[in-house]
Amino acid sequence: MTSTVSLKAPFAPGGAFELDRERCRKLLEVALRKGGDAADVYAEFAVGGSMVLEEGIVKSASRGVSVGVGVRVRKGEAAGYAYTEDLAWESLVRAAETAAQIAQGGDVAPQDVAEKHIPSRYPVTTPSLLVSGLDKRELLLRADRAARAEDPKITRVEASVAESYREVVIATSAGVYARDVQPMLRFGVRVIAERDGKRQAGSSGGGGRVGMEYFSRPGKSPEEHAKEAVRSALAMLDAREAPAGEMEVVLAPGDSGVLLHEAVGHGLEADFNRKGVSNYSGRVGKPVASELCTVVDDADVAFGRGAVNVDDEGNIPNKSVLIENGVLLGYMHDAHSAKHFGVAPTGNGRRESFRSVPMPRMTNTLLLAGSSDPEEIVRSVEKGIFARRFGGGQVDIASGDFVFSIAEAYLIENGKITAPLKDVNLIGNGPEALSKVTMLGNDMQISDGIWTCGKDGQSVPVGVGCPTIKISGMTVGGTDVAKR
Amino acid sequence: MANTQKEVDALLGLAEDVLGRLVKGGASEAKVVARSGQDLSVRVRLGEVELVEEAGTRSLSVRAAKGKRIATASTSDLTRDGIARVVSDALELCDLAQEDPFSGLPDSAELAKSWGDLDLFDPACDAVRAGEAVERSLRAEKAARAYDTRITNSEGAGFGRASGAFALVTSGGFRGGYTGSYASLSVSPVADDEGGKKRTSGYWTAHRHLAKLEGEELVGREAARRTLRMLGAKKVATGSYPVVFERDVARSLLGHFAGCVVGDSIYRRSSYLIDRIGSDVASPLITIVDDPLIAGGPGSRPFDGDGLPSRRNVIVSDGKLEMYLLDTYGARKLGSKSTGSAAGMTGTGAGTSNFVLQAGKTPAADIVKQTKRGLYVTQMMGFGFNAVTGDFSRGASGYWIEDGELAFPVSEVTISLNFDKLLKSIDMLGDDLDLKSSIASPTFRVAEMTVAGT
Repeated sequence: MTSTVSLKAPFAPGGAFELDRERCRKLLEVALRKGGDAADVYAEFAVGGSMVLEEGIVKSASRGVSVGVGVRVRKGEAAGYAYTEDLAWESLVRAAETAAQIAQGGDVAPQDVAEKHIPSRYPVTTPSLLVSGLDKRELLLRADRAARAEDPKITRVEASVAESYREVVIATSAGVYARDVQPMLRFGVRVIAERDGKRQAGSSGGGGRVGMEYFSRPGKSPEEHAKEAVRSALAMLDAREAPAGEMEVVLAPGDSGVLLHEAVGHGLEADFNRKGVSNYSGRVGKPVASELCTVVDDADVAFGRGAVNVDDEGNIPNKSVLIENGVLLGYMHDAHSAKHFGVAPTGNGRRESFRSVPMPRMTNTLLLAGSSDPEEIVRSVEKGIFARRFGGGQVDIASGDFVFSIAEAYLIENGKITAPLKDVNLIGNGPEALSKVTMLGNDMQISDGIWTCGKDGQSVPVGVGCPTIKISGMTVGGTDVAKR
Repeated sequence: MANTQKEVDALLGLAEDVLGRLVKGGASEAKVVARSGQDLSVRVRLGEVELVEEAGTRSLSVRAAKGKRIATASTSDLTRDGIARVVSDALELCDLAQEDPFSGLPDSAELAKSWGDLDLFDPACDAVRAGEAVERSLRAEKAARAYDTRITNSEGAGFGRASGAFALVTSGGFRGGYTGSYASLSVSPVADDEGGKKRTSGYWTAHRHLAKLEGEELVGREAARRTLRMLGAKKVATGSYPVVFERDVARSLLGHFAGCVVGDSIYRRSSYLIDRIGSDVASPLITIVDDPLIAGGPGSRPFDGDGLPSRRNVIVSDGKLEMYLLDTYGARKLGSKSTGSAAGMTGTGAGTSNFVLQAGKTPAADIVKQTKRGLYVTQMMGFGFNAVTGDFSRGASGYWIEDGELAFPVSEVTISLNFDKLLKSIDMLGDDLDLKSSIASPTFRVAEMTVAGT
């Protein structure tokens, strides 16, 4: 079967509602007519597709189209925002006028907009949406067969592929006109293993701003994801009660970057610091982590889930060093916070869709490698926890307290990884936990693309990465009080 | 939405047109949902406007079948081309899906044919303009900041209102629609604590009827009180203690339970409550009802996503699990009958409506008074619930209880216990039920849980 998906945005050149530079300039003029300081236009066309397999069959396939334009007007610390799903010129003008209500007085004209040259960090030649549905269906069926063949204790297999293609146009009253195409692919397998009345789930997944070539990468075939999901589910069938209380913790490389994302990342998003509500507010130049720690937010991870060519306000993000050798260097900015702090925007202004205003968000948040041998790190722990697979995390920006859940944890006894443990949460305080990082591995890994970050009701794809990490003391939320 | 019936009629007309095209294009069965909405939200901070956001939206979602092959599609593009595309996408994707013998619309004889007015729409919500929304937010924030000099900062206050119309038509003969509204107000004050830490908490009110929101001053003061009470919070020693859950966090626990009684999680073997009908799953104090017919309820609806009549379902009665919540598909999978709980409008799956743990008789304050030593939880963090095993471990903050009094604030601890044991060890149930959200619970106490701290 050939695919008939059209990926042409209605506002692209030659489209029914073309938004060229001149039209954008006119719209910005309307937006600033009441006297705002600045305005921007964000046009988005997104096509999403998904297929889900369960009980051996692809039960349903789906596709969705979302298209619209948002107009923002800024005046001092305030912003007016309106969007429309109807791209007719009158509707766009109405949205611009609605957004303009925030401003009164003044007289600012937009600059002529000029096409901005942006980098190419995810040059996918064939978006997966243009690949035959049957090819993608086969990926799911292959994962299903592999998982079932792996072990008879596997009683259920679910596999899914979700893909999207997003084309955006960003125009600002400062004269920027940028266009980007943002593909995204995510594949996942989840299995249930059952034995003697015990039941456990295991999962594996990945992807990023990639095309179908993803599945040819080492370890990324549907079969390999299926095997990993099965391994994890089977391992957890023997899980026992986890200990409770403060102890040493070793985190596996890659996905443990979630800890960084929560413990440090959110607190360094500049909107919280502009408002002075983050526990990192006013701490630039001061130590906030152990000297081993250098943390960066890097939008330039080729084909990465958190990779960004141009942010949703028309700025190009590069590598921002947030913490260097334990000292806080700076925050992640959107246009608003950059203006407030009098610094250049870092290109972290992101939004979920045209239905939302941008705010400072992470891209790929990475803790850089140290020099320790990962095995030596485990050997150094007399009694503690080894965290291998992760659920999600959450942080309280004000206090810096954060939690993250571990889906696959093991006990470390006398320098050896031993018994698997039931689901457990770790809780800590950002700067306190990072000051207790006493060893960092030389095995830096960037997580495979599975993470989505939520803030103020907006979800954006992000990447995380880190080497093996040893934290000398964190509270482990198990149930077993006696085992301390 | 000046004329709600007119808007519903327009959506029904659109949906029927699309349904006709799907059937004409070769769908053996089809279902179409059309929606529209109008939203306003404003945010103020430190006495100044921060954001005014306004928009109207419309969308279409469809579900089509060719025999037993199912596909879904949706769009926000309601131009002629956009509508043509959603129809052709759905029809094309049917060929990609594999035959699912359990799929299909419900028996037409069982469809809802008429329904009463559930009082879901208040025109006063829609009438709130940006200026009034800003005024309300400013009043609430001001009350919070004026409450105590220790409130040194603010994450702001926000007012939002949304209204929407909805229409569902199916090739099985269902045709229905309704409108709803919702307004909310929230405040998040900030206070400085020791060691560079800050404390924030907040309070919110929400209702389908504008006049039923709690007053701005009350919301602001309560937000300030909740923030201040966290000042000086510390960890406690790891151990096993009674844990009291304030109703807003008790609700979050009930949400975990809700996810385990929907039919999908049962046939997917992803619930710890598989094969437990008729057995005890909670303490005898506990009765849980899912009721979509509560007038003005936040989760109320006159019919379900399959077009079946809404009905009140008793899920847990005096601790015993009576039933699962099922849609048509889940019922076929489990060899049972739908409970009128289809959530997904075009997907499959059951969901909750107003999912309520029925109030007990003990005044909430007495639960703390009658606890010699333990933890009073007012906030939880993280995602530590495994529905497959029921293992539960989440971050928590609140107060330490000593001799029936709230002694000092606590933060950065975790609370853990398998959910089956947790619900069975509820030994006190409050009378303070509040229906501001669609999953609701009064305060309750769990006799003993592991609290991990230092």
